[in-house]
Amino acid sequence: MGCGRMEKKIMGYVDGRLKEGERLEMEKHLSTCALCQLRVNEFRAVDVLLDEVPMIEPSAAFDVRVWARVAAEPGKQSWWAWFAPSPRVAFAASMLVLAMMWLGSRPAEPPLNASEVETINQNMPVLENFDVLSNFAPLTDLPQPVQADEGSDTNQNQQM
Amino acid sequence: MARSDVQLMLDVKAGDEQSFALLLHRYRSPLVNFLYRMVRNREQAEDLAQEVFLRVYRAREDYIPSAKFTTWLFRIATNLALNSVRDNRYQRMEISLDAPVTTDAEDGDEKTMDVAEKHPNIEQHLIEEARRKMIRLAIEKLPEKQRAAVLLHKYQELDYGEIAKILQCSESALKSLLFRAYETLRVELAPLVAQQARP
Repeated sequence: MGCGRMEKKIMGYVDGRLKEGERLEMEKHLSTCALCQLRVNEFRAVDVLLDEVPMIEPSAAFDVRVWARVAAEPGKQSWWAWFAPSPRVAFAASMLVLAMMWLGSRPAEPPLNASEVETINQNMPVLENFDVLSNFAPLTDLPQPVQADEGSDTNQNQQM
Repeated sequence: MARSDVQLMLDVKAGDEQSFALLLHRYRSPLVNFLYRMVRNREQAEDLAQEVFLRVYRAREDYIPSAKFTTWLFRIATNLALNSVRDNRYQRMEISLDAPVTTDAEDGDEKTMDVAEKHPNIEQHLIEEARRKMIRLAIEKLPEKQRAAVLLHKYQELDYGEIAKILQCSESALKSLLFRAYETLRVELAPLVAQQARP
């Protein structure tokens, strides 16, 4: 094994996680390579130094805060909950149903009798007759429409 | 016999909140320590650890035990930590590496306990405190991914396959990460390493 292959194996060797064959191969190399042996010793020293970093304890309120955040989580709705109407929708829907029932329960308009129908039919020609509408008394009081030429202006002044 | 993490999580999925309490008890300290060493701020580390547990709780109904529970848990934690470190990078550039990190409350507590219980000799205590500070700063100087790899490997004692899944890289890439991290630490801690490695 050359020094270049050490990179992938050295941590496993220091950890004691190499397979038996790999470990033996590594030890064979180390017995002939002082530089790699020094590297292994130094990595082991780093490993020991890392043990000196103290642990910290979570604060006393840690669990309480976690439970408070869990309690604040909204409950998860099942799929059928999509079909459950909200109170507002339920109220609006019931109002709509009541309104439809009320309209349906009202008595129908009584049908027109024959004389009423006859009166309507008699008035229809009057409404459709242009002469009657054009001679409609209130319309005669309106001023004449303005004319574009001078002659008509004169006539208008004479009328005023 | 203690229930496995996966069994506890399946019980949480079934609605057993007591199992969630057991998972919380089992992993709060490892998570807070891992996150503290990643983000270098105790308060932020606790906030992130709470967020990890909250995400686990939220995901309970969709939980499928396809991987080890710790892989899943530390993957959430690592992603949160890396995002947090990246978000705070600009802020961190303004902070001296020598100043606020060493003034955290827990460091003060440790000092008091150590002086009282372990080190009647104040000079010896100060030497050890300086060593710890040097080691901590060397870890903090590592690039984030290398730092995460070292912390998961050294303090959580996860195997290579698990760490590789957490960091979303190959095992081969992980070994290179660890090698480079230890190389950096070896150089940064050269005086201490020389003492330690002396035959």
